[in-house]
Amino acid sequence: MKVRVIPTLLWKQFGLVKGIGFNSWRRVGSVLPAIKVYNQREVDELVLLDIVAHQAEGDLDYESVDEFGQDCFVPMTVGGGITRIDQVQRLLRAGADKVSVNTISYQRPELITEIAKLHGTQCVVASIDVRAQDRSWMCFSHCGQQSTGHEVVEWAQELEDRGAGEILITSIDNDGTMQGYDLPLVESVVGAVKIPVIASGGAGNYQHMVDAVKQAGASAVAAASIFHFTEQTPAEAKLSMAKAGIPVRTPYLG
Amino acid sequence: MKVGVVDYGVGNLGSILRALEELRVTPVLVNRAVDLHAAESIVLPGVGSFFSCMKLLEKGGWINALREEVISYERPLLAVCLGMQLLADSGTEGSPNGKSCQGLGLVSGCVKSLQSQGCALRVPHVGWNSISHVQSGDHLFNHIPSGTDFYFVHSFGFVPAYPEAIVATVDYGVTLTAAVRSGNIWGTQFHPEKSSRAGFRLLKNFLEGPDC
Repeated sequence: MKVRVIPTLLWKQFGLVKGIGFNSWRRVGSVLPAIKVYNQREVDELVLLDIVAHQAEGDLDYESVDEFGQDCFVPMTVGGGITRIDQVQRLLRAGADKVSVNTISYQRPELITEIAKLHGTQCVVASIDVRAQDRSWMCFSHCGQQSTGHEVVEWAQELEDRGAGEILITSIDNDGTMQGYDLPLVESVVGAVKIPVIASGGAGNYQHMVDAVKQAGASAVAAASIFHFTEQTPAEAKLSMAKAGIPVRTPYLG
Repeated sequence: MKVGVVDYGVGNLGSILRALEELRVTPVLVNRAVDLHAAESIVLPGVGSFFSCMKLLEKGGWINALREEVISYERPLLAVCLGMQLLADSGTEGSPNGKSCQGLGLVSGCVKSLQSQGCALRVPHVGWNSISHVQSGDHLFNHIPSGTDFYFVHSFGFVPAYPEAIVATVDYGVTLTAAVRSGNIWGTQFHPEKSSRAGFRLLKNFLEGPDC
């Protein structure tokens, strides 16, 4: 099994953005060209999150997802603003391979079970955004804006029990800092569930990714700033990981 | 070459259609069983559970249509992911009361959970994993060496009744079936349409047929 390196594309209205600590968003380009480039470079997977969809009045932007999917021949996870099962169906039809749910899982966790029953557990990536508070890790919804009162380990286990196929664990504190993943956080989630865990928030160099896998046990590493703001690439990340003895996918040369 | 992609109401067909378009063929979404005969080769996708897919195939009259095209007319069939599992005689995933549910019966065998096959690793088996050829020479893997990575997502796996049907395996704690073949029928547990260049090559091999 190969450890995946997953660029996270945060999408707000018409463009890609990246912030620090889920704040001070900065535009970093357009979505479509980014997807094309990542595809040509054969990344392992892409995660695409609409960070303002939970505030939107209307329905999700299926047309854009459809457009993004046109050029994506690696797995694509789409999230942001999902509240109903019919939206999941439309997203899958539009080209998503998996969906990521976050805010709704606190209000109506049964949705995870519904998605898992209809489309399989592998289709549901449960995303958890966490801040460290009073020596524990607390979960936040609404793109990090609202405290939920749930502690991360208990919550990750509940999501697994309800049918999540993977957990995307993001440290809001480390997000965008490029100072490294919150390794104890990732490790505690990895230890609490049996499903694959994707580490997110804080990657600034390849060693951070190696650490997330070797020290914290992550099945995949997600990152954004490192690819937006530095010269570092997913391909080189995998070379470094391979040197550290981590199994990674090698591109098919044909 | 007219490639028919069976649209019986599940999952994401967009990516398989677009992958076929990249290979310069014109895939046709076939959404009525009576139209299947017009296709020269057939792709059967599958997402969800064995039980729910079989119910949909049954409802749309696909079971007989598929069997007829594949057995009587010997149309080449490529079944992908859960599609491959549907080729089996039976499976239990998603069935109420856990009883086994009949499959298409095109490749002898049954579908079992990865845990019941002895897999102690994290399930679903999701991500890139390398395949190994079982017997060399199946044209589906032309120019695709053992060790090539493909994208997998599954919690159940196909256990063929006859090991000769297995053309490739994947190791995930235990050895699992990665691809099967029985005559003009092929199945892959992995997703070629999501496996980038290696996947394009495999689809191309399927479309070109054994003689090329």
